[in-house]
Amino acid sequence: MSVDLNFLQQIGYVFSAMLFIYGLKMLGKEDTAVKGNVISALGMLLALLVTFGNILNPVLIFSAILTGGVIGSIFAIKVKMTSIPEMVALFNGFGGLSSFFLAWSEFNTYASVSVILFVTCLTVFIGGVTFSGSLIAYFKLSEIFKGSSKTLNTISRWLLIVFLGYLAIAMLQVISSSFGFFVFDFEIIKIVFLGLLVISLLSGLAFVLPIGGGDMPVVISLLNSLSGIAAAMAGILLSNTALIVAGCLVGASGLILTLIMAKSMNRTLFNIFFVGFSDTGVSGGEVEGEVKPISAEDTFLILEAASSILVVPGYGMAVAQAQHVVKELGDLLEENNAEISYGIHPVAGRMPGHMNVLLAEANVSYDNLFEPKDLNPRMETVDVVLVIGANDVVNPSATEQPGSPIYGMPIIEVHKAKTVVVLKRSMSSGFAGVQNPLFFKENTRMLFGDAKESISKLVAEFKE
Amino acid sequence: MEIYLLLFFILILSIFLGLELISKIPSTLHTPLMSGANAISGITLVGALTLDTGSNLQSVLAFFAILFASINVFGGYLVTNRMLKMFKKK
Repeated sequence: MSVDLNFLQQIGYVFSAMLFIYGLKMLGKEDTAVKGNVISALGMLLALLVTFGNILNPVLIFSAILTGGVIGSIFAIKVKMTSIPEMVALFNGFGGLSSFFLAWSEFNTYASVSVILFVTCLTVFIGGVTFSGSLIAYFKLSEIFKGSSKTLNTISRWLLIVFLGYLAIAMLQVISSSFGFFVFDFEIIKIVFLGLLVISLLSGLAFVLPIGGGDMPVVISLLNSLSGIAAAMAGILLSNTALIVAGCLVGASGLILTLIMAKSMNRTLFNIFFVGFSDTGVSGGEVEGEVKPISAEDTFLILEAASSILVVPGYGMAVAQAQHVVKELGDLLEENNAEISYGIHPVAGRMPGHMNVLLAEANVSYDNLFEPKDLNPRMETVDVVLVIGANDVVNPSATEQPGSPIYGMPIIEVHKAKTVVVLKRSMSSGFAGVQNPLFFKENTRMLFGDAKESISKLVAEFKE
Repeated sequence: MEIYLLLFFILILSIFLGLELISKIPSTLHTPLMSGANAISGITLVGALTLDTGSNLQSVLAFFAILFASINVFGGYLVTNRMLKMFKKK
C-alpha cells in the first residue's frame, strides 16, 4: 500500500490534472498545439515536483531520471522525421514497461492476498502487452524484422489463445483469493504471478506479430491507448490520482485515434486483430485492361500542360524519402501556374498522420492538404493525379467490387480524374494483397521506378 | 475499500472527459497528438518515485520503472515539440 499522500501533494495533483486537460485540449487545435504540449509538460513537472517531497531513495531516483532523461532527449533530438513512427512506438513501449515494473514492485511488498491484487495483475498484463507489442511494432516499422510468414502467424494466434486461457485461470484464482472464496496459499499466488509476468510479455508478441504493415496505424493507436490505461491502473494501485487522470486521458485519446483509423479502413477492430486480410478469402477477381507504362519525359509533358494537379502520397513516399523532391516539384508546378493540392488518406503510411508529418518536414503548407471527403466531389475537375507510393487508399475496388476484401473502405477516388500517373516500384500488390484495378484503367499511366529518382527526373526536366 | 470506489469514480469520469476533449481532431495533428499523449503516459514516473527500494530486486525494479518512464517523458515531449515546430513554419 502506498503511504498517505500529504495535502500539498494532492493540491499539486489537482493543478497538474488541470494542466494536462487544458494542454491536451490545446494540442488538438492547429494554432495552439505547440503551447498545449508545453502546458502538458508543465503539468508533468508540477506532478513530479510535489512528489519529490515523498521520495525514499534520492540517489537511485535521480540517477535513474538523469539516465532516462539523457537517453530520451538524445533519441528525440537525433531522430529523423521519417523514423517518427517507430520512435513513437518505442517510447510507447517504454511507458508500458514502466507500469509493468511498477506493478511488479508493488506486488513484492504484499504480505497476503488482497483485493488490490486483481488490479496489480491487470496492470502487469496491460503494461507487459504494451511493451512487447510496441517492441514488435518498432521492429516491423524500422523494417528490422518482417513477420509475415503464415506459419508464424498461426503459431502466434494459438499461443495467444493458450496465454489468454492461462491468464483467465490465473486471474480467477487471484480474484477468488482476493475475495476470500478459495484462499490459496500466498506462496502459490507468488508463483502464479511470476507466470503472469512472462505470459503478459508473450501475449504482446503473439498479439502484434501477425498484424500486417498496413494495419500499423490502428495497432500503434491501440498500443498508445493501452499505455495510458496501464498508467491509470497503476494509479489505482498506488492510490495516486495524477496517474489515474493522466492515464485515462491518454487511454481515451488513443482509443479515439484507433476508432478513426479503423473507420478509415471500414473495418472493425475485431476484424483487424483476429481475422486479417488474408483470411477474408476473395482475391478481388479478374482485372480487365492493360498496364500502360510511361516515361519520365512524357510525364513531364502531361504535367506541364495540366492546370490542376493532385498529389496522393503513401508509404512508398516515406520509404523512398521523397518528400523533399515532391515539395520541389510542387513549387515548380506552381510557378508553371498549376494549382497543386495534396490528398491525404487517414491511413496512408504506417501511423496516424504519417504523411502530414513528412510533408510538414518538407515545408508543404497544410492549407494545401486535403482529406478524401473534400477531394472526391471535385475529382472530375482534376487534370493529373500523381500517386506516389500509395496503393490501397486509391484502389477503386473499394467502391466498385462488392466481393473485394477492401470493399467499403473510403478511398481517394483518383480514377475519376482526367489522367492518373502512378509512381510505383513494380507491379506487386499492396499490403492487402489485393489487385488494384486502378493500374489497368484507360486513364492510368504507370511510371515505374524509385519514387525519389522518378520525381528528381521530373524536376530536372522542369529546370531545363 | 471505499477509497478504491472513489478512485474508480475518478477513472470513469476521466475517461469520459478524455473522449469529449479529443473527439474532433484534424488529421494533421494525429501524429503530434499521439506522441504528446504518449509523453503524458510517462506519468507512471510520478508513481515510480514512491516505490519501495528495500531489497536489491526492489531497487532494480524501481530503477528501471523510473528509467523507462523518464525516457518516455523527456523523449516524448521533446519529439512532439520538434514535430509541432515543424508544422508551424511554412
